[in-house]
Amino acid sequence: MSLKLNQITEQDISLERSRFPRVFSKSPGELAVSYLLWGGFSLLTIYCLYRFNFFSYDFVFGLGTLGNIIATQMFPPTGFAQLPLFGKAIAETLAMAFLGTVFGAIVGLPLSFFASRNMMPVRPVQFGFRRFADLLRGFDYLIWALIFVRAIGLGPMAGIMAIAIVETGTFIKLYSETIENLDTKQVEGIRAAGGSRLQVIRFGVMPQVLPVILSNTLYMFEHNTRSASILGIVGAGGIGFLLSDRLRAYEWQEANLIIILIVITVYAIDYLSKFIRERFIFGDRDRVSGPVVDSDDV
Amino acid sequence: MSIQATTQGSDDAVRNFESAYVAYQRNKRTFNIIFLVVFALCFVLSVVSTEFDIVTLIGGFPRTRDFLFRLIPPITYDEFALDVLDWYWNIGVWMENLLNTLLMAFLATLLGTLVGGGLSFFAARNLVKHYATYWITRRILEIARTVPDVVWALIFVITFGVGPMAGVLAILIHTIGAQGKLFAEVNENISQHPIEGVRATGGNWVQEIRYAVLPQVMPNFVSYTFWRIELNVRSATIVGFVGAGGIGHDLFIAIQLLEFPDVGAILLIVVSTIMLIDIASEKLRHYLVGKEALKR
Repeated sequence: MSLKLNQITEQDISLERSRFPRVFSKSPGELAVSYLLWGGFSLLTIYCLYRFNFFSYDFVFGLGTLGNIIATQMFPPTGFAQLPLFGKAIAETLAMAFLGTVFGAIVGLPLSFFASRNMMPVRPVQFGFRRFADLLRGFDYLIWALIFVRAIGLGPMAGIMAIAIVETGTFIKLYSETIENLDTKQVEGIRAAGGSRLQVIRFGVMPQVLPVILSNTLYMFEHNTRSASILGIVGAGGIGFLLSDRLRAYEWQEANLIIILIVITVYAIDYLSKFIRERFIFGDRDRVSGPVVDSDDV
Repeated sequence: MSIQATTQGSDDAVRNFESAYVAYQRNKRTFNIIFLVVFALCFVLSVVSTEFDIVTLIGGFPRTRDFLFRLIPPITYDEFALDVLDWYWNIGVWMENLLNTLLMAFLATLLGTLVGGGLSFFAARNLVKHYATYWITRRILEIARTVPDVVWALIFVITFGVGPMAGVLAILIHTIGAQGKLFAEVNENISQHPIEGVRATGGNWVQEIRYAVLPQVMPNFVSYTFWRIELNVRSATIVGFVGAGGIGHDLFIAIQLLEFPDVGAILLIVVSTIMLIDIASEKLRHYLVGKEALKR
């Protein structure tokens, strides 16, 4: 069949359309489903907007206030005289993230062996450890922080504990998934050579999983820097306390400086962590097995 | 050495290997020592900076334990139903606020994905002609994403008043940034051939996006969106701590007033909701991905 583009007429197209209707459009059933889906979503969206008062003067008024604040009260950022104070709070934030991640990793690593299928033959125990990890992760950092502020008082210790608890859960899950994905040949080799259980872990498992574990831990540190920056809002130490204090006192210019500092810190840690992960930990990326948390956004 | 090399050449090879191995070991040891020193330094600095004190921590354990034990009121076997009803005395209000939380997450995810998805095409280097467009969109998305949603909530509570509206806007801004950036990266990894095809038939930029880009990126967009719903439900439960509506507000007040059984009741609601959403979203995601894989 010789087909020239400029010779195709409307007639040809309608002929083809009647011969192969499914090529040109969806079936009536599919169309109905997609219309229903879109209609339902639109209705629900409009209902939500109505429910949350978006169709009211409040919303317009709020937009005006926000615009006014951004245009006249936020710039330029001030409070540079307080930079030492802010810097100290940023350092405290980083320290909270660091200690919380380290404690979470120290507790999570041994427990993760109990939560991985190939290391823990007793299924109910393995399942129990997994659900325990889910429970720890289920509550947000801020909820744990509120609890620990009540229990051990205001200050960075509550923040460290909050991060450590959530991270224990996260690391049990991440590490055990890594361990489940490892290559069994090495493990069998050690076992065949008469290695004990601990030797199997030391020489069969650890060399394989250590790079992934280090990389994931570093990534979670990066993630926890973001979390730690807001824990202060409920009194758990770090820069968040200063930020919420300045915001509630309508010190917009100083709040602006603090937000800029937080953004710079997060960027710096992101960059550093990515650099270390790519340069030192995954020198030979091909040999790594298992899930690698490698998205910028959690 | 028990294994003697027979020829000069292989002797060299063995010697080369041995010296390389020694050098490798030495490198590794140096690296490990540097790593340990840096780690120890960070650890000590962190302990000093946060005034971490193990005694205070251990002193806090009994109180933490008490706190956790008081979350569940005594429930007797004889009057089980009554006790549970008594525990969940405020279930009506909590359920309404839970619904608010879920709707906040839904609204913010949907609008955020639409706006963020739209912006992502301007933030993909391969889709925009002018570097300035790309650069400005990228920076806007980064700022929206890097500032934590609780901070946005603090700002919006001041300007829009206490209530779920501030929460929706806070999560919305964060979602726009996060989705925009993730989607832009998906856009940058597509095949250019369909775009060239559409352009060759005379399609404009909008048609290129609609008929060449969207079909390629849609599966990833959908999968990221489900993931985003899970994250946003979590966010929606905590923006209430600063007054931005939802069940977080009830939780915050209960903790402030030391109403322990209430705290326990709300925490149970929150964690079971989050787990249910996670499971449902994972099932749905796998179902859709499976369908997508079959189509190919």
